[in-house]
Amino acid sequence: MSERLSGQAGALQMLDPRVRLVGILLLVVSTVLCSRIEVLIGVFVLAVMLALASRVKVSTLAKRVWWIALGFTGLMVAPALITTPGDPMLALPWNLSVTEHGLQAALLLILRVETAVTLTATLVLCTPWNQILKALRTLGVPPELVAILVMTHRYIFLLMESANQMFDSRQSRAVGPFRAAQQRAIAARSAGVLLSKSMDLSYDVYQAMTARGFRGEVRTLETFRMRSRDYASLIAFVGIAITIAWIGR
Amino acid sequence: MSILFDLQNVSFAYDGIPALNNLTLRIETGQQVALLGANGSGKSTLLRLLDALCFPSTGSISFAGDVLTRDKLLQDDFCFAFRRRVAFVFQNPDAQLFNPTVFDEVAYGPLQMQWPAAQVRDRVEHTLNFMEISHLRERPPYRLSGGEKKRVALASVIVLDPDVLLLDEPTATLDPRSQSQFIDLVQEWKNTSKTVITATHQLDIVEDIAQSLFIMQAGSVIASGPPAEILTNTDLLVQANLVHAHRHSHGGVVHSHLHLHRHSHHDDHQH
Repeated sequence: MSERLSGQAGALQMLDPRVRLVGILLLVVSTVLCSRIEVLIGVFVLAVMLALASRVKVSTLAKRVWWIALGFTGLMVAPALITTPGDPMLALPWNLSVTEHGLQAALLLILRVETAVTLTATLVLCTPWNQILKALRTLGVPPELVAILVMTHRYIFLLMESANQMFDSRQSRAVGPFRAAQQRAIAARSAGVLLSKSMDLSYDVYQAMTARGFRGEVRTLETFRMRSRDYASLIAFVGIAITIAWIGR
Repeated sequence: MSILFDLQNVSFAYDGIPALNNLTLRIETGQQVALLGANGSGKSTLLRLLDALCFPSTGSISFAGDVLTRDKLLQDDFCFAFRRRVAFVFQNPDAQLFNPTVFDEVAYGPLQMQWPAAQVRDRVEHTLNFMEISHLRERPPYRLSGGEKKRVALASVIVLDPDVLLLDEPTATLDPRSQSQFIDLVQEWKNTSKTVITATHQLDIVEDIAQSLFIMQAGSVIASGPPAEILTNTDLLVQANLVHAHRHSHGGVVHSHLHLHRHSHHDDHQH
C-alpha cells in the first residue's frame, strides 16, 4: 500500500521527504506537549485532513491504526479511570467509581496517541521506506540506528509469514479446542521460536547486506532537492507545531 | 591459471561447535567448483568464509594473494573492490531480498558501490532484461514465487558483473524448469573467466555446473577431483552421505538400489 500511495499525487507526496519527516515529527512532538483536550481534538482533525489530502482513506486509518491504538492505549489507561483521585462520575461495583479527572487523563492520553499514530501512519504510507531511511541519515541519525530500522522493517513481513505458517501447522495437527492455559502455553512457545528464528534471520540478512557492500550508509537512486514549496511547507509545519504547543500548554 | 582462493589449515566454530576443521584447499581463477556434502558438512560456512563474512578461528584465507582479515575488510578501498569482485547468492532468498521492489533490490549493490545514478539505472535495466525479470521490476521481492526470488537474488549480484560467484544451494527450492534455466546460466559462465563456486548436495547437477568437486564431511574435505572420477566412486559417495537406498518399482517389481547419478543410470535398473 505504501508503494502505491507514495506514487500518487497528494499533499505530503509533493514535499521533499526530509520536510515530510521533520514536519510530521514536529507535529507529533507538539501533540505530546499539548495538554488541552479541545486543542488535541483540533490537531486530530488536522491530522485526518492531512491524511485525506495525501490520498489516505479514513477506512485505512481506522482499520490499520485507530482500532489497534485504541485497544492498546485503552488497556493502559483503563486503571487510571478509577485510580485517579477526583469527583466520582460513575459508580462501579466494589465501591469503585470512574472519576472526572480519571476520565480526562484517559481521554487526553488516547487523543495524544491516536493523533500521533495518525500523523506517523500518514507519513509512512505516503513515503517509500527507503526515502524515510535516507531522510533520517541526511538529518544526522546515526547509521547504526538506521540499519536497525532497515532490518526491523524487513523482518516484520518475514516474521508475520513465519507466524502464519506456525499457526497453520498447529491448526493442521490440532484436534478439538484448546483450553485457555494450553493456548497461553502455545503462544509463549511460538513467541520463543519466532524470537529464535528472528535471531538467525537477522544474522543472515545482515551478512547478505554486507556481501553486497553495505557499510552502514543508506543509498538510494533518489536525490533530494528542496524547492520553494518545501521551504514554505517547512515554515508552515514549524508555525503550526509552535501554535499547538503554545495554546495547548 | 593463478590461485584465487588459498585456504591454509582453516578452522571455524559457531559458539564452540566446530563447523570447519583444519581445511586446506586451493581454487584457481576461472574454475567452476562444486562443494559437495550432506547437510551440516560445512559447505555454507565455507562459502561465508570465502566471502569474508566470517573469519577463520585458526588458519588463513587468501584472495588473489591478499589475506582476508577483519581489519582489511574495514578498509573502504579493499572492501569495495572485494565486494565488487566476489558475489554471494544465499541459500535462503528471503534473507537476501530486503528491498521494497525488485528494481531497488537489483540496484542495491551498485548503489553501495557508489556508482553514478545513470550507470546504476542502465546496469539494472540491462540485468533485469538479461535475467528476464523486467516484468517484476515494481513487485515486492517477498511476494514472488521461489523461482522468481532466486532469479532476483541472482540478478542482485550479477548486476555488479563480479569475477567470482559463490552459490549456496542455488537450485534447492526450484521447480525443474527454473532449475534447468539456472544451470543454463551457470553453463554460460563456464565459457568466461568467471570463477563459480557452488555448494550443493544435488549430485544430478554437479556435472553441468562444475569441472572440479570437493567432497566435504564434518567440516573437512575428504576427497577432490573431476566429476567423472568422484561421481563413480560409490564408496566415497556413501561415506559422505550423498547417496541413499532408493526403492521404486518397474513393471510391478519393487526393488531398491543406491540412488546414483551416473551418465548411465540404466545399469542400476537391470533385474
